[in-house]
Amino acid sequence: MSALTARLSRAALNMPPSGIRKYFDLAATMKDVISLGVGEPDFITPWRTREACIYALEKGQTSYTSNYGMLELRQAVVKSLERYYGLSYDPASEVLITVGVSEALDLALRAVINPGDEVLYLEPGYVSYAPTIMLAGGVPVPVPAKKAEGFAPDFAAFAAKITPRTKAVLLNYPCNPTGSTLTQDELAELARLCVAHDLLVLSDEIYSQLSYDVPHTAIATLPGMHERTITLNGFSKAYAMTGWRLGYAAAPAEIIEVMMKIHQYTMLCAPITAQKAALEALANGHDDMRDMIDEYCMRRNFFVRRLNEIGMPCHVPQGAFYAFPSIAATDLNADRFAVQLLEEEKVVVVPGDVFGPTGAGHIRCSYATALDKLAEACVRMERFVQRHRRQ
Amino acid sequence: MAVDRLLKLLIDDARKTPAQLAELLGLPEDAVRRKIDEYEKSGTILYYRTIINEEKLTTPVCSALIEVKVQPERGVGFETVADRIAQFPEVKDVYLLSGDYDLQVLVEGKSMQEVAAFVAQKLSTLKRINGTHTHFVLKKYKIDGALLSARPGDQRLAVTP
Repeated sequence: MSALTARLSRAALNMPPSGIRKYFDLAATMKDVISLGVGEPDFITPWRTREACIYALEKGQTSYTSNYGMLELRQAVVKSLERYYGLSYDPASEVLITVGVSEALDLALRAVINPGDEVLYLEPGYVSYAPTIMLAGGVPVPVPAKKAEGFAPDFAAFAAKITPRTKAVLLNYPCNPTGSTLTQDELAELARLCVAHDLLVLSDEIYSQLSYDVPHTAIATLPGMHERTITLNGFSKAYAMTGWRLGYAAAPAEIIEVMMKIHQYTMLCAPITAQKAALEALANGHDDMRDMIDEYCMRRNFFVRRLNEIGMPCHVPQGAFYAFPSIAATDLNADRFAVQLLEEEKVVVVPGDVFGPTGAGHIRCSYATALDKLAEACVRMERFVQRHRRQ
Repeated sequence: MAVDRLLKLLIDDARKTPAQLAELLGLPEDAVRRKIDEYEKSGTILYYRTIINEEKLTTPVCSALIEVKVQPERGVGFETVADRIAQFPEVKDVYLLSGDYDLQVLVEGKSMQEVAAFVAQKLSTLKRINGTHTHFVLKKYKIDGALLSARPGDQRLAVTP
């Protein structure tokens, strides 16, 4: 360790490096790559939304906004949460507009965690959960999902991990990376556990609109949950606005107040340009959004059938835009599979264990890619699986 | 009838087979075949055609939008005149419009002279036509929902969490 490194934050130095970096660096050196490694829509933000932002710029709207975010946008967010999920929040005190849902999650964790508090989350799960819990001074407690049942939550394992130090449960459904969502029964069981043990719930529902088979249920609508839930969502996935960095949190006023305090000192406010664009997305973007979701759903139907056909068995993901097939038919582990698939067939996928040890033996394939590219990727993966079939 | 998801897919790409459509929509293939058959028989689906970017053709195409003022006829209104105009193969679209003029006609020919001759000799000489205004098309930017300018390629990073 160099003298300079030794002077840096131990907490930051101790954070595990991103497991994705390596595949990114590899892919960057190659041409004609088909990437199924991308965690964002392939659609460009619909024109009406971009145009609204351009108009705001032309009008000289370049100032700070309220720390909470523009009231008009908070009102629109509340209306959309009501319209799509039957949630009810006060725009004046129960909503905070953030720089992506990532910031909302970070603020929520920092607002609720005291040093040593434990936070439960399902694993495999999104890569940033453990590091952000750690940065907030908490202890990440991953709970393995049930691999054999499409990565459904294991309630026995869940209950077994609850201790007197457990402060909160961090949910993500539909889930990145597995595409699984939580059923009504599972949500009810989770809610029961949270009420019984008086746990807070941080619910990352960024993929909520991308629910294909059954409409999304927000956990905050369940009995006893509204008062203990921080609903986290944003514009990235549903409205194809990843690069705008705009999300939000909705929760009881006491929690939002504390989150706002941290946000005020660290971020001040979300960019006004993105907020103006989001207003247009919420006001007039419903049809554009539905079209994109229909398209994801059609790709899913095609892609999952093909994966199963080519020897990469895969549960049907009910949401998000990820398939999480098993690679057990090959003699490779997930890391070797990803590296060799890229080298031999120029297809990028992400090894499942990047998202937690239970993801071992699986890979994450994003189908936020045009159908013809998905079809070509399947042809290449089929060749690859044939070549590396377990003897 | 509302544009359903099957029609939406066909409008976008008419070459998709019933099997492909069925898979994308999560429907049985024979149900898709039946539905397409119904649409064809009822005339809901008129044609399956190809959209061409004429700028890429070696033989030029000249088109003009023509505003036509019509003296409507008792009992039939604009129908007879509109139908007479629509029968010419040079005429690609005919619309009855509200506003300053009555019919808008899209005419296509091999040259400006050909289109001009058609307007002068055939169109404006028809009975009950009170006048025409010809606008030659200089450049097309979007045809039937298809943008002609180059779209930016995939600008996303190859791997993101």
